[in-house]
Amino acid sequence: MNQTIFDKIWDRHVVEKIDDKQVILYIDQHFIHEVTSPQAFEGLRKRKVSVFNKERTLGTADHNVPTLNQDQPIKDPLSKKQVDQLTNNCEEFDVKLYDLVHPKQGIVHVIGPEQGLTRPGMTIVCGDSHTSTHGAFGCIAFGIGTSEVEQVLASQSVLQVKPKQMRININGTLYPGVGAKDVILYIISKLGVGGATGHFVEYAGSTIENMSMEGRMTVCNMSIEMGARGGLIAPDKKTIDYLSTRKDKVKDWELSTEYWNGLKTDSTASFDAEYNFDAAKIAPMITYGTNPGMGIKIDQSIPELSGESFEKSLNYMGLAPGQNLLNMPIDYVFIGSCTNSRIEDLREVAQFVKGKKKAKDVFVFVVPGSQEVSRQAKEEGLDKILEEAGFEMRGAGCSACLGMNEDKIPAGKYCVSTSNRNFEGRQGPGARTLLVSPLTAAAAAIAGKIVDVRKVEMA
Amino acid sequence: MKKFTNISSQAVPIPMEDIDTDQIIPARFLKSTSRAGFGANLFRDWRYDQNDQPKKDFVLNNDTYSGSILVCGKNFGCGSSREHAAWALGDYGFRVVVSSFFADIFKNNALNNGLLPITVSQEQLHTIFKIIESDAAATFDVSLINQKFTCPSEQLTIDFSIDPFKKTCLLEGMDTIDFLISKRETIREFESRHLVY
Repeated sequence: MNQTIFDKIWDRHVVEKIDDKQVILYIDQHFIHEVTSPQAFEGLRKRKVSVFNKERTLGTADHNVPTLNQDQPIKDPLSKKQVDQLTNNCEEFDVKLYDLVHPKQGIVHVIGPEQGLTRPGMTIVCGDSHTSTHGAFGCIAFGIGTSEVEQVLASQSVLQVKPKQMRININGTLYPGVGAKDVILYIISKLGVGGATGHFVEYAGSTIENMSMEGRMTVCNMSIEMGARGGLIAPDKKTIDYLSTRKDKVKDWELSTEYWNGLKTDSTASFDAEYNFDAAKIAPMITYGTNPGMGIKIDQSIPELSGESFEKSLNYMGLAPGQNLLNMPIDYVFIGSCTNSRIEDLREVAQFVKGKKKAKDVFVFVVPGSQEVSRQAKEEGLDKILEEAGFEMRGAGCSACLGMNEDKIPAGKYCVSTSNRNFEGRQGPGARTLLVSPLTAAAAAIAGKIVDVRKVEMA
Repeated sequence: MKKFTNISSQAVPIPMEDIDTDQIIPARFLKSTSRAGFGANLFRDWRYDQNDQPKKDFVLNNDTYSGSILVCGKNFGCGSSREHAAWALGDYGFRVVVSSFFADIFKNNALNNGLLPITVSQEQLHTIFKIIESDAAATFDVSLINQKFTCPSEQLTIDFSIDPFKKTCLLEGMDTIDFLISKRETIREFESRHLVY
């Protein structure tokens, strides 16, 4: 057979072909949150239909929740209404919900894997573009709009056209100080913000094989930032080891592992596009512009390009072509988001900052991806280390990644952020975002400026 | 969904590339639980300053340009999956968006809301911008049934492609959710023999 992993999973989920292109694709796991689901439930109500399979949808409140005083009622009336609406909808339609005070609440793309709901061979959707994160487990996971959320609620299926396929191979060993976030920022800087549009990406190669599950999630998470429909990685021993602590979610462990072990792209399969990258050429990365493709190695200078979009972008950022960002003072450091808020990220940051203090004029806040991550961090004493360094520890949520709640960066201020988007106004109107890895963010917090983590003494 | 009929209109140009959905509708305006009213905040931070005053240099604040066709630089609608972007464009009065390519999720969202994304070549896009630049009153015609985007005064004719199923949905005002609901029995049958590992 000449099939990719993607083909194999896709074919198993096609309920019916509508024409040459459109298929009805069955969805194994559906996640919902408060921002992109209310209009879908409203649609069900108008049509007088129930949720088709309530066992396959899980809700959580993450995008629009405060990260301070989470046990208190939400202050912002519009946010409160939206979060309450999710609770009411889940009650009315009998859908399981991890609400704000639930011990399993968190960012939807952090809790799926954490709870063992994300597994190889599945189809997973959510009304959120970073659903691609789940692909780290070898599944087809992609973001959808609200009409499609309603499609899934009403039929456990979506109408889809099969995307083209791309393989990205990364081989070799990463240098110390270079992590999964740098790998994906590097790839996006090479392919561009629309470079993978229309494609589903498979990441392969020794660098990916050697990455932890958390690292793989970071890579797959940002697939959408180069336009890809999603990204996935073949399941291996690491994937199965991760799931072995979550066996309760799996009906037949032996049968499942046998299937997962066989989920590989055939050696004769072909892709619509293929790229190769050398891990040794990747350095700590930073973005300088207003889309994630505008990234450079941290010791490089901003390229001298032209064009209306480029000029508008640099003007917004208050930066100039040819400028080097090293030693540039910064105002905020945000460690969080579905890209980098897992326990491994917090461990890496804590290890670096242990015994150090943040720079005086920088506000640093850490927003764990879930309440589970938060608890684990406390158990390991990471919260103490971070607080002693002057970092503020918050409750779980999407927070300043998109600034829907109070966690906004003021206009004109520079925020070094472990999140995934540096769009204009993303972290608040006028906010200037510099995307980096957790390690580079930690180093910037301590130095109060952009630094090359490879040249800073490691803890 | 309303049936998509032929359109004859002036066009509004935004030559910027990689316009993400955060620009189309910023996250802080996503707190509504209904589909209505997003047009007021369409391109909010490009359209209004921090004191909510219209920015004079932005095209939506320029009376010279109007109409139900929006023409934008490549990779329109990238980023967040928020369908609110399609709702905001529709609510403002746009029925067609023309670009040299669209982000996948935005394209689906647009089609699911009766907003027609027309993909043209980079060269054709350049020509369209040139036409609008020299005559803001130039009228463009869109015929979905014939899959043609034309500007009769400039002898411009562009054939565009669209997925046949989506074309039928738009022309007949057919709703994909109703369609899937009609398939519930088939899906239930599939589900009964489908294994989730």
